[in-house]
Amino acid sequence: MSLQSSLVPPVTELRAYAPTADLAVSPLSSRRERAHPQAGTAPDNLRTEPGPVRFIIIALAITFLSVFVVLPLVVVFASAFSKGIGAYVAALAEPEAMAAIRLTLLVAAISVSLNLVFGVIAAWAIAKFDFAGKTFLITLIDLPFSVSPVISGLVFVLLFGAQGYFGTWLQAHDIHILFAVPGIALATIFVTFPFVARALIPLMQEQGTQEEEAAISLGASGLQTFFRVTLPNIKWGLLYGVLLCNARAMGEFGAVSVVSGHIRGETNTMPLLVEILYNEYQFVASFAIASLLAMLALITLVVKTVLERRLDEGQEPKD
Amino acid sequence: MTIEVKNIVKKFGSFAALDNVDLKVGQGELLALLGPSGSGKTTLLRIIAGLDWPDAGEVSIDGEDALARGASERHVGFVFQHYALFRHMTVFENVAFGLRVQPRAIRKDEATIRARVKELLDLVQLDWLANRYPSQLSGGQRQRIALARALAIEPRILLLDEPFGALDAKVRKELRQWLRSLHSEIHVTSIFVTHDQEEALEVANRVVVMDKGRIEQIGTPGEVYDDPATAFVHGFIGESIVLPVDVSGGSVRLDGRPLNIAANGAASGASKLFVRRHDMQIGPAGSGSLEGAVRHVRSFGPIQRAEVALSGGEGKTIIEIDAPRDRELQAGEIVSLQPRRYRIFAAQD
Repeated sequence: MSLQSSLVPPVTELRAYAPTADLAVSPLSSRRERAHPQAGTAPDNLRTEPGPVRFIIIALAITFLSVFVVLPLVVVFASAFSKGIGAYVAALAEPEAMAAIRLTLLVAAISVSLNLVFGVIAAWAIAKFDFAGKTFLITLIDLPFSVSPVISGLVFVLLFGAQGYFGTWLQAHDIHILFAVPGIALATIFVTFPFVARALIPLMQEQGTQEEEAAISLGASGLQTFFRVTLPNIKWGLLYGVLLCNARAMGEFGAVSVVSGHIRGETNTMPLLVEILYNEYQFVASFAIASLLAMLALITLVVKTVLERRLDEGQEPKD
Repeated sequence: MTIEVKNIVKKFGSFAALDNVDLKVGQGELLALLGPSGSGKTTLLRIIAGLDWPDAGEVSIDGEDALARGASERHVGFVFQHYALFRHMTVFENVAFGLRVQPRAIRKDEATIRARVKELLDLVQLDWLANRYPSQLSGGQRQRIALARALAIEPRILLLDEPFGALDAKVRKELRQWLRSLHSEIHVTSIFVTHDQEEALEVANRVVVMDKGRIEQIGTPGEVYDDPATAFVHGFIGESIVLPVDVSGGSVRLDGRPLNIAANGAASGASKLFVRRHDMQIGPAGSGSLEGAVRHVRSFGPIQRAEVALSGGEGKTIIEIDAPRDRELQAGEIVSLQPRRYRIFAAQD
């Protein structure tokens, strides 16, 4: 009862504003209210859209999602298994496919771990210190998001290509960056840089520096403070950033395509191999690798949901 | 442990947060830094702790140059306004933190750490919360844990930054008394920052009043209240009636009419007369040097608070005075007023 009575006043308050906003609905709902004066169920009265409208909106949303998201996903798996499990496994066991998977894992490992370090440093600098050019730095971090991936790749071609700024020097010293793992890793690092930093900056800004100051005043060293106080406080946000960073690193096509050189069994990552196989009408093989990437996306989605929940719980609550 | 601060200057951009501050704190003192926000009191506290660095000046703790050491080496307990408890650690681990991060050579064994934490939780009377997380505690409990955590390292001095600022009035009052008795129990030299004069007067044995980065007065609670050194201190501590007066040749005039009070050596020129609300003697019309009409009277407890419109001049000066309830005042009544105790300060700007 006490719950109901506490719910009623806001409803009547709303009523006072309602007539001008929604003439068609308010008389109806007030009649309902009069009929059941005890049933002060706020949610019912607050719903202004009639049933059919609600139904249509929800149906539209679901149809759209099915056509544009679920259907392609189903097609990927259906095509991958269209010649049976045997063909699927055989396609993945191809040396070229294995090489692509290995390369993708290697590049992801390199770029995620480096971006983990860079991201934490950048977020730390932005969230915990004041310095000139801070706004500029924040904008700069977002640059890879706003530049087309192809351009991101092209930048490295201009820098390290045979005609590029460092091209001659690199050739003279027999260092291979383009059309080799370093180039692919560099392009991937560039494209995925914002994820970790973006995930951490708002979190660290909100947490402020007081806990770190407390730790230091209690005699902790800089490293102790980082590992015992800062890191545990940001761990879920960090994992979240790493997860998204990893998904993008494994799935990146544009930037990698420009710098890779498409050398079979050497510089083809999984997304690149998918395209090549498809263009060669090897649909099962192509979709088999695509299915691995799709699976990665699904797993990422699940873990992301879990992490988001942990992040919400982690916020300093009920003060 | 003693603290000595000499000629400290600290600027944020062009804003002088601290402007040549000198301060000496004796062994076992409980000192309050009192002032409005922006007066530099928190900055001074943070500089002593090593969380901020002065642009110039010296800080020594027990005769030893503190500025040569970082915050982690100063062995200073610091309690933050918003507690700053480690949110991912239990209360127990929060208190144990300072003991666990000690260099291996002097770190205590686990059993000793546990015993020490238990002892501290007993001291703040919260041993039953050992396994909770900070988010599960009330504000008052959090602040007591923060204090226990600061005491765990057996600090040479204890610094508290607005320790009760984020708490509600009732909890605040309880914690004040509790802090006082805790201090007399452990007797560690302590400085706390507050903007609440009542808190400063009630808890501290010495009060440092600050304004605009300077120390206005240092004294016991009685001294700063009864014998304010500057107009700022008089206006900031306790409720005062302030009247613009003219001093010339030992006589004091308000709106051109002489007041029947001595200038007490105040310099000639435009000045301000400060009188505590309860130091204004009320008498029948004609008996004092000021006269006015009572506009409102509110009676509560032992006093009645009257709003009096002073007559003469433009008749727009309205003052509030506190009178005992032995003679009930009536609205509309004309009364005369005579300052019993007062101070005159030269008017600034």
